[in-house]
Amino acid sequence: MIDYRQKMNPAILEIAPSGIRKFFDIANEMKDVISLSIGEPDFVTPWHVRQEGIRSLEDGKTWYSPNRGFSELREEICRWLKRHYHVEYHPDTELLVTVGGSEAIDLCFRTLLAPGDEVLIPQPSFVCYGPLTAMAGGVPVYIETKAENRFRLTPEEIEEKLAPRTKLLVLPFPNNPTGAVMRRADLEAVAEVVKKHDLLVLSDEIYSELTYGGTPHVCFSEIDGMMERTVVVNGFSKAFAMTGWRLGYVAGPSALVAQMTKLHQYGIMCSPTTAQYAAIEALKNGDADIVNMRTQYDMRRRLIVDGFNRMGLTCFEPEGAFYVFPCIRSTGLSSEEFCERLIYQEHVAVVPGPAFGACGEGFVRVSYSYSIKHITEALRRIEHFLEGLQK
Amino acid sequence: MDKLLELLQENARMSCEQLAVMLGRTPEEVAAQIDEYEKSGVIRGYHALINWEKADANHASALIELRVTPKRDKGFDEIADKIMQFEEVESVYLMSGGFDLAVRVNAATMQDIALFVAKRLAPLDSVLSTATHFILTRYKDGGVVLNPEDERDERRTVLCD
Repeated sequence: MIDYRQKMNPAILEIAPSGIRKFFDIANEMKDVISLSIGEPDFVTPWHVRQEGIRSLEDGKTWYSPNRGFSELREEICRWLKRHYHVEYHPDTELLVTVGGSEAIDLCFRTLLAPGDEVLIPQPSFVCYGPLTAMAGGVPVYIETKAENRFRLTPEEIEEKLAPRTKLLVLPFPNNPTGAVMRRADLEAVAEVVKKHDLLVLSDEIYSELTYGGTPHVCFSEIDGMMERTVVVNGFSKAFAMTGWRLGYVAGPSALVAQMTKLHQYGIMCSPTTAQYAAIEALKNGDADIVNMRTQYDMRRRLIVDGFNRMGLTCFEPEGAFYVFPCIRSTGLSSEEFCERLIYQEHVAVVPGPAFGACGEGFVRVSYSYSIKHITEALRRIEHFLEGLQK
Repeated sequence: MDKLLELLQENARMSCEQLAVMLGRTPEEVAAQIDEYEKSGVIRGYHALINWEKADANHASALIELRVTPKRDKGFDEIADKIMQFEEVESVYLMSGGFDLAVRVNAATMQDIALFVAKRLAPLDSVLSTATHFILTRYKDGGVVLNPEDERDERRTVLCD
């Protein structure tokens, strides 16, 4: 027998499993389970976008694209970034089309990090930053954002964690799971610290089109002096409901993008071409789809935030993404107990906050990427569950 | 406040409280607005969208194209007014193109519809000709797919290992 553990990279063995699997195993076995646990749009990719993908297949366009992605797509992305966020990138040297935002994040870590370099990662946040940092030889250093700051990152919190080897700051906003956004003033304060301590920034803006309340998203590289320090990651999954197409991109200084392209070329070759054809259509003619989906999400958001607050689970008002992050401490239960009992008693699945970092304890992540009908029924069951707890 | 109309069009059974939350208004404001819409005739009614094929009831419907002679001064209004009095008639539209009026008719059986056309519609004074198209299957009606193949949520949870 081979002892495979001896044969593997110790770094991969050290990556802990996320530990929320059991909830989904339970949920999958139940028949009438109502899930508010899924982190992707419930909308189908707009039909005109799907049609372009289909047409490319009908036309037999099934070959590789250039490593960086089709030039037409890169040009459209740059136009789109300029139109939406007033940032200018050169399509030939400062942009790379990747397999989802995830590959872009991975490429960024692997390109920037030397062994022992420290990466500042605000939490609660999406689960991939720590493990990918570790696999790239870096050291993840977590920053706990706080409910009283509406889960925004403050310059003081960054400075507390600075060390001689700190190289990179991850900015995961709009945030999964809290729904927090950073407004211009918040970003400017962070930019000061970044400049002062000569840091680079990985700004994961995959939810950039899903912000509410009329104040549009601000791209971090638009902040004065940040263009040269920022790698912007974005993609099509959330803005255009294109998760399964696996298409994202990275925009940043050409010296960095050139190296990331090298890695992408050897590791991936090129992003899926069908998806690239569809994405061109999305960028050219998809702005109305975004507005429509955002309007729908916004109404659901209001409904669900109101629902939780009525039940007495305080819910800071999320201004981005499609999650709410209610505090469940008033129930006296831990996040995990809350989720486990909720699924057994009421057949409603939500995700315990600590899945997104230890500081998520006392919270649960609830997705509102579901129909109004579905959300209304889930809220009714959660209310029933809370009434049961009080008895 | 067009959003309110859109929401009601999708689901007229939501409460004023729910609508108010979703629209960022007070329930009183929403109630008043609905009242206003009802009074001014913007909202003309609320009804269930029924998939009759599933309701196990006899139900046939047809689209009937009518060519008619317009009347001096009254144009098509007079004949339209006569046609819509029949309770079998669900909708009457004045059309551009190759015919004048499109009439949707519901009845228990196709035979009933055929008789209705022959005995009631065709003999009307200004009707020049009729063409009856029976509806065989309703795939989508009122913006709703009537027999979705599979309503399961196919999304799955990623990153849960």
